[in-house]
Amino acid sequence: MNAPLLQVRNLRVEFGQQLAVRDVNFDLFAGETVGLVGESGAGKSTLARALLRLLQPAQGSVELAGVDLLKCPPAVMRAQRRHLQIIFQDPLASLNPRMTVGDAIAEPLLIFEPELTAAARRGKVAAMLERVSLTADMASRYPHEFSGGQCQRIGIARAAVLRPNLLVCDEAVSSLDVSIQGQIINLLLDLQQEMGMAILFISHNLAVVRHLSHRVLVMYLGKLVEVASSEALFAAPVHPYTRALLAAVPRIPPVEGAPAPLAETSLSADSIAHGCAFRDRCPYALPLCASTDPPLSEIAAGRWVACHRSHETLNPLS
Amino acid sequence: MVATLSVDNLNIRFAHRTGMLEAVAGASLRIEPQECVGIVGESGSGKTQLFLAAMGLLAGVAQVSGSIRFAGNELLGAKAAALNRVRGSKLTMVFQDPMTSLTPHLRIGTQLAEVLVSHAGQSWKEARGAAESMLEHVRIPDPKRRLQQYPYELSGGMRQRVMLAMSLLCKPDLLIADEPTTALDVTLQAQIMELLRAARGETGMALALISHDLGVIAGLADRILVMYAGRIVENASAAELLLRPRHPYTAELLKCVPSLSGPRLARMPTLAGQPPQPGEALQACPFAPRCSRAADRCRVERPALAGSSMSQVACHFPLP
Repeated sequence: MNAPLLQVRNLRVEFGQQLAVRDVNFDLFAGETVGLVGESGAGKSTLARALLRLLQPAQGSVELAGVDLLKCPPAVMRAQRRHLQIIFQDPLASLNPRMTVGDAIAEPLLIFEPELTAAARRGKVAAMLERVSLTADMASRYPHEFSGGQCQRIGIARAAVLRPNLLVCDEAVSSLDVSIQGQIINLLLDLQQEMGMAILFISHNLAVVRHLSHRVLVMYLGKLVEVASSEALFAAPVHPYTRALLAAVPRIPPVEGAPAPLAETSLSADSIAHGCAFRDRCPYALPLCASTDPPLSEIAAGRWVACHRSHETLNPLS
Repeated sequence: MVATLSVDNLNIRFAHRTGMLEAVAGASLRIEPQECVGIVGESGSGKTQLFLAAMGLLAGVAQVSGSIRFAGNELLGAKAAALNRVRGSKLTMVFQDPMTSLTPHLRIGTQLAEVLVSHAGQSWKEARGAAESMLEHVRIPDPKRRLQQYPYELSGGMRQRVMLAMSLLCKPDLLIADEPTTALDVTLQAQIMELLRAARGETGMALALISHDLGVIAGLADRILVMYAGRIVENASAAELLLRPRHPYTAELLKCVPSLSGPRLARMPTLAGQPPQPGEALQACPFAPRCSRAADRCRVERPALAGSSMSQVACHFPLP
């Protein structure tokens, strides 16, 4: 296999006493889509921001094609940013309301390709607008004139115009209607094919993640608890948290006798730091789980689980 | 039997510089006692406006015609004093965004107790006690402490449960829940759905559940209404509509919902085109430009919602 595009090692983010990201390790390969799932507050967005150095992690390394993004000097980091782009959940709020759409898409070019003539830049912006199924004449309009789905297309155009190596999508389709959601996802997939970029797709919509990801990372209270190919994970989730997460997704038609939803965690920040953080919500917890935090270990090729009982065949959650 | 809510030929229009915008056009529906009706539609389809009209919460510039009766009493054009006797107590609504629906500078306890003080004439002391047990009922841990807190101190899921507690305090006959789980992740969503299910079982209230998430609707609704471009285009029992949709729009919408079973797809199914702009003159079927079954008739004549009260569809060529 080729060397990974992105190598994340022992990444830790602290907010005061709180550990928001706990020693996360993973690789991301060129052209790969990796889904990142977990509940609100699991640290998904914090992890994404730490990768892009939008906040400073407490420890660890993030290597992009051999350059450690967390330790490189600011000038080097600035040059690296053209390879790292992000699109956000709220498409309207992530566009400057006083900037025309054309200026917003041209800005990355102004910064990273200053040698372009104004005409060449306008040409690139027009081509990019058309690439995301908008029209070139929309360049002179303002964000408020567009619908949510159109604004997300503009956000994608702005992120893709530099042909980044890594695109982080932080709940990028969560606020969109299901019919529009599919269009935006297909656009991302097409751009990925053309440009070969890796996508880190953060979402709490598990069904969307299943279809579009090659691999999936499951995060619980700052820690990765399961990593597997999308097929393997959705066919047979191993970690009790992954199982509970999948069981909570409403089905059409509804499933009779679906398990009771997970209660909220009652563990204090201090007790989360010792033992397995999921133990108080876990129907399979053992005394061991309160004292020793299970490490993320490879139980089969490409399948990593952080659970003391991952080697057992656990009956489905009742 | 008197319907809990009955809407007849409701039209909601807004004046705009480009002409009149039709948010809701000729909508009629009934919600029977104890029934859970799911209302599905895309952003802008008019589903929220319809129920805001019932609550008397439409923007002042809206032009409304038709009739909305709650337990037989007309709500449209009713004086605020008359509306206030039912809304907040017998007719309640929870909204999508639990942060902006709570008053930021009042403690949770004050906001909850106020409902009982103003609607049930209880003393503040009594009302606080009832508020505390209601918080416990919606499974908020440590309710006594939560009553003393401000909305910003609570998580999104907890705020949504506070909203739910508030709307249940006076044992409503109809709760309107507008995208109650859209801002929440799947486990919190499952908790809220469970609470709604339990509240229906305990109080026998009717529930109008507005959502663009068919999964959420499928889990709770007895009957489903589908709205498109301000119109109700299909009305059928949930079991029937989910398995055998008759309107092509409903069928397309169901196909777009990504699934947790079956083969993984290389591309997501989509619905081509856009809904019509509000205000576009619509003599034709509003879905015709996006519809694979559309024929000449669909482009000139608007189909009316027709059929029995159990199963209605607004389409010239419905699916079998």
